[in-house]
Amino acid sequence: MPPDTLSDSPESDVTSAMTFKDTELTLGIPGEPTRSPAGKFCTKRGFIETVDLNLGTSTSKPRGKAHADEVDDKSDDAVSGACKSTASKTQVVGWPPVRSYRKKALESCKYVKVAVDGAPYLRKVDLETYNSYQELLMALEKMFTCFKIRGNYLGESKVVDPMKEMEYVPTYEDKDDDWMLVGDVPWKMFIESCKRIRLMKSSEAVGLAPRTPPRCTTTT
Amino acid sequence: MKMMMGSSFPEEVLEHVFSFIERDKDRNAISTVCQSWYEIERWSRRRVFVGNCYAVSPLILIKRFPDVRCLELKGKPHFADFNLVPEGWGAYVSPWIAAASTAYPWLEEIRLKRMVISDDSLELISKSFKNFKVLVLSSCEGFSTEGLAAIAANCRNLRELDLRESEVEDLNQSSGHWLSHFPDNYTSLVSLNIACLNSEVSFTALERLVGRCPNLRTLRLNRAVPLDRLAILLRRAPQLVELGTGEASDLRPDVFSNLSGAFSGCKELKSLSGFWDVAPGYLPVVYPICPRLTSLNLSYAATIQSSDLIKLVSQCHNLQKLWVLDYIEDLGLEALAASCKDLRELRVFPSEPFGAEPNVLLTEQGLVSVSEGCPKLHSVLYFCRQMSNDALRTIARNRPNMTRFRLCIIEPRTPDYLNHQSLDVGFGAIVEHCKDLRRLSLSGLLTDRVFEYIGTYGKKLEMLSVAFAGDSDLGLHHVLSGCENLRKLEIRDCPFGDKALLANAAKLETMRSLWMSSCSVSFGACKLLGQKMPRLNVEVIDERGPPGSRPESCPVEKLYIYRTISGQRFDMPGFVWTKDENSALGLS
Repeated sequence: MPPDTLSDSPESDVTSAMTFKDTELTLGIPGEPTRSPAGKFCTKRGFIETVDLNLGTSTSKPRGKAHADEVDDKSDDAVSGACKSTASKTQVVGWPPVRSYRKKALESCKYVKVAVDGAPYLRKVDLETYNSYQELLMALEKMFTCFKIRGNYLGESKVVDPMKEMEYVPTYEDKDDDWMLVGDVPWKMFIESCKRIRLMKSSEAVGLAPRTPPRCTTTT
Repeated sequence: MKMMMGSSFPEEVLEHVFSFIERDKDRNAISTVCQSWYEIERWSRRRVFVGNCYAVSPLILIKRFPDVRCLELKGKPHFADFNLVPEGWGAYVSPWIAAASTAYPWLEEIRLKRMVISDDSLELISKSFKNFKVLVLSSCEGFSTEGLAAIAANCRNLRELDLRESEVEDLNQSSGHWLSHFPDNYTSLVSLNIACLNSEVSFTALERLVGRCPNLRTLRLNRAVPLDRLAILLRRAPQLVELGTGEASDLRPDVFSNLSGAFSGCKELKSLSGFWDVAPGYLPVVYPICPRLTSLNLSYAATIQSSDLIKLVSQCHNLQKLWVLDYIEDLGLEALAASCKDLRELRVFPSEPFGAEPNVLLTEQGLVSVSEGCPKLHSVLYFCRQMSNDALRTIARNRPNMTRFRLCIIEPRTPDYLNHQSLDVGFGAIVEHCKDLRRLSLSGLLTDRVFEYIGTYGKKLEMLSVAFAGDSDLGLHHVLSGCENLRKLEIRDCPFGDKALLANAAKLETMRSLWMSSCSVSFGACKLLGQKMPRLNVEVIDERGPPGSRPESCPVEKLYIYRTISGQRFDMPGFVWTKDENSALGLS
């Protein structure tokens, strides 16, 4: 029997004849946002369409006969919405059971220094807070507001100083102490190998590791 | 009048005999023999463990045991570790400290877990107990380095200060400098664990402290102590038995050789932890001590990958306890199984718990290998992404001596990846074969069946953790009616409702506590339970406002039920409701 079939009253037994009301189906247990398990329910769409839907939302909805009035009647939207959520994971509170102490310890180990040629100050960024080159470069642009980043992140990124009309190329030092161009390797690989970032004047960027065509645009 | 048999021994003799009896269970048993034994026992009990700080009040404790020297208290429910208990729920230790400060002037040890302790309480501790020796704060919060400064300044006989995973507020003015509050003539430190401190401590103070305490055997440093400083400390304290390193991200040859030399002087080192951001190039400095290591905690070492882990553990032939990240992978666990025949405890933590896809080659196979190769393995915590009934059966048959088995399959309701069935029979095999199993955590796709197995076979089970499992109240009923030794039950996101709970109400008084969140227990049932069972506190934790404003059949968000002899507590926050307030609101 499907584990998520919930009986709405203690007396109903799944083996006894089920009435229409008895088989109120939820897509999730109250308190749990509709998320990837809904993918399994997509295959039962035929069944779902024939019964009343009582959809779990993040504020626990009461279940049970007395609360038919609180049933969400946007059932179709919810089903399709729930199916969409298989792609993106919404996090459940406290799951998996990893203590926040431990999560924090794993998190903050990706701070790297960012230097800009010509600027007297260094900044630090936590690479873990970004999911793509685009996000990182946008953040760098915000940080060094006198510069502008031009172009897309697909290896074409250049930072331009409108005052000096000089171009800056984002580069980074990797674990092997080599200076590489930002954007060459998949994002995940970049996070793991990047030790520090330098926005280099493009005139000096000659001679860096040759730029390979970007492998994939979907890595985040 | 005929005297009872008990008077044939003078009190002093009985007291002397009782002094050999240490376990709480045994002490509790002898105190029930007769009135005089009860009296002698209560006057001579020195060590008290209160598993739930709300089960008894300080006054009741002091009245029965007038001369306690070691007090251990636990506060919040275990699921507080995973943010399921809202801030401000309770577990304040101050009433206990206040009462103890007058009643127990000779108190030597305080151990707290998941409690809230203020700087004021720390200061009171430091000034009230002249012979204070041990302070262990495990997963506690509410205090700052100010409170630690008071402990350092006033506790002349302090042996142990262990801040195990607590949250300590670093106040700018005193952060780091609290260590310098230990007086120059203070030399009795044996154990110091400050691994949880975020900010820097004053290194000079630390170095001088370590240098003048010849009995120091445990030193767990925080991240902010760099490796070159560590070498200095090791040379000051070569007698260390347990060490936690700080961080070590930059690989420098001079630091490497300095550290190598320092480690080679530590002939007693048996336990290592820390390793935050360690550049793998540093690992060889510990190779010489690997053969002596019995305990290794690499669970924060996010920079050490499989091959380096294998090199490391393969040399630890005497290892008994390993905590590690899943970077060790199946291959590393195979190496562990081959090299560490004395392994007793293994914990494998997820490096990317929220990633949608696996990032490492760690499967059920790793755990199977260890269960095959390590005959003394009895305690397991394992995070993974796939499991099969076959694997669980194999593990159960390999290791019938298992006492603690906690499996976390990261995606809820994951079925057996081989046959897509539930994992009922796999876990059933665990409880059936491991007859001494005391602690079990379930995960994966599970029906009511698994609870039937647990109720049938889990006769020694004391603690059970359940999430996203079961089909109906029958599941909960199996556990409550079958597990005779159950003390703690914690459940989240399961379709368990009123029926099983009410049918097994009496069972709840034999347990320490029951936690249920995101289940189907109605407010009405909670009220009923609270009214029928006066020796239970039934706490409804609901942040949606008064339960009385919703229909009685409405399920509560969270429920925490515990037995108590001190009645309702008076420090409940606004989101906790109990029977008294319920009845004040009246029925709908």
